[in-house]
Amino acid sequence: MADTIDVNGKQIAVDEEGYLANLNDWEPGVAEVMSKQDNIDLTDEHWDIIKFLREYYEEYQIAPAVRVLTKAVGKKMGKDKGNSKYLYSLFPYGPAKQACRFAGLPKPTGCV
Amino acid sequence: MSEIVKKFLYLNRKAPYGTIYAWEALEVILIGAAFDQEVSVLFLDDGVYQLTKGQDTGGIGMKNFSPTFRTLGDYEVKNVYVDRDSLAARGLTQDDLVQIAWEDFDTEEEVENIVEVIDTARVRELMDASDVVFSF
Repeated sequence: MADTIDVNGKQIAVDEEGYLANLNDWEPGVAEVMSKQDNIDLTDEHWDIIKFLREYYEEYQIAPAVRVLTKAVGKKMGKDKGNSKYLYSLFPYGPAKQACRFAGLPKPTGCV
Repeated sequence: MSEIVKKFLYLNRKAPYGTIYAWEALEVILIGAAFDQEVSVLFLDDGVYQLTKGQDTGGIGMKNFSPTFRTLGDYEVKNVYVDRDSLAARGLTQDDLVQIAWEDFDTEEEVENIVEVIDTARVRELMDASDVVFSF
């Protein structure tokens, strides 16, 4: 096991790119700790996307590529949120990659 | 995006578990979908089991990825075909298969289920008409 992050005193394993090693280890604190490392203050808007990604994974067993995420967010939350400008403003390192990491999902399929 | 659009056909011929082919094929399809090509996916032989409903992999300790096929529509794959003879030979019908919805976000055109059962003649036409065929 490569690394761990400290979430409220609990050591949680992550892979070499910082994604959770075990999906079931996720708790909101994971997103808090990871976002702090990336210098992001999580707002309700961030949580909406994180929650959305977790639900998407729950249903489809896959972390969506950014294009698909954008489309799916637009469908569910409206076009003002389903565009890459909005999503990148929340997650500057890439909405799919960074938000999936915060959400405890694996790296999206289709991201290299 | 790309000026040359080719017709890609992915053939899925193997059972979903026991080998890595089915999962790998799905990943290739999803990754390839980013390149704006015209993609068709065809399930035949034991590959038709990949689309069956109600899969439970609890007993074999593998991830059940059958729900992931339902994202194909989100990945702008609009053509999903199943060989009729392969289904019949296994005592299956279209009712045993998952449905995959497709929607064009811009035009709001919707298709409730893009999974289409086709006969051998159509399978042959499809292969003939494709520029690139990947067999898994």
